[in-house]
Amino acid sequence: MSGKKTMNDEQSGGGTASADTLMNTHLPNSHDSGLGSEIQAKIGQHLRAMYDDVVRQGVPDRFMDLLAQLDAKGPKSSESGDK
Amino acid sequence: MTNLDPALRDEIIAAIPNLRAFAISLSGSVDRADDLVQETLLRAFANIGSFRPGTNLPAWLFTILRNLFRSEYRKRRREVPDSDGNFAATLTSNPDQNTHLDFEDFRTALDKLPSDQREALILVGASGFSYEEAADICQCAVGTIKSRVNRARRRLGELLAIEDVEDFGPDKTTRAVLAAG
Repeated sequence: MSGKKTMNDEQSGGGTASADTLMNTHLPNSHDSGLGSEIQAKIGQHLRAMYDDVVRQGVPDRFMDLLAQLDAKGPKSSESGDK
Repeated sequence: MTNLDPALRDEIIAAIPNLRAFAISLSGSVDRADDLVQETLLRAFANIGSFRPGTNLPAWLFTILRNLFRSEYRKRRREVPDSDGNFAATLTSNPDQNTHLDFEDFRTALDKLPSDQREALILVGASGFSYEEAADICQCAVGTIKSRVNRARRRLGELLAIEDVEDFGPDKTTRAVLAAG
């Protein structure tokens, strides 16, 4: 990663930018937040990549087992009396 | 109601991977996240009667999970994320991502955010909820969510810009631990 985007955060809006960006900000276009859009795009990418990596793991067996137990028990009986 | 509607059951199952991803991002630990998801499912089944069909099931489940996390959090506080159970350790592979170091920088920075900002950012930026849905889940105003997301992004940007320069942040330790394990 390049080191050239170090100075663009502090001197951009002095912290008052939030008032107007509040109303119309979307994650993808973030240049109005006063930070480099490059770094903001990277944030979005990383965030989704991390999250999606977990999502792709699907449904672990323990949860399918749990649902099977709950099905067998039926919703009317005591709800957490397992073990 | 005697039995759970199969369609509803399928919808709940479909939401589990997302619930896990959200729970891991909240708790910083896979084990605690899975316990949270389990407790969420138990609550959901026990209270399925209070879910109104046709409304947003994922948002309902996320709300349960978040409330559980919040009440637990008050009890135990957030533990220091251990490198066995943290987000980075759950990454199975990231071949198309730049480098592993990038990821660790990012995760470290994410962990530094206040939890209300982190959850807002995750809900909107990763889970794909609208600001309105995220506000429902967090039981706050839409404007509050927007400002939390903005502050989270700004803070992350600052943290990552700094780590870009330093090149080695607190991550050095993490990598040492990972390498040792």
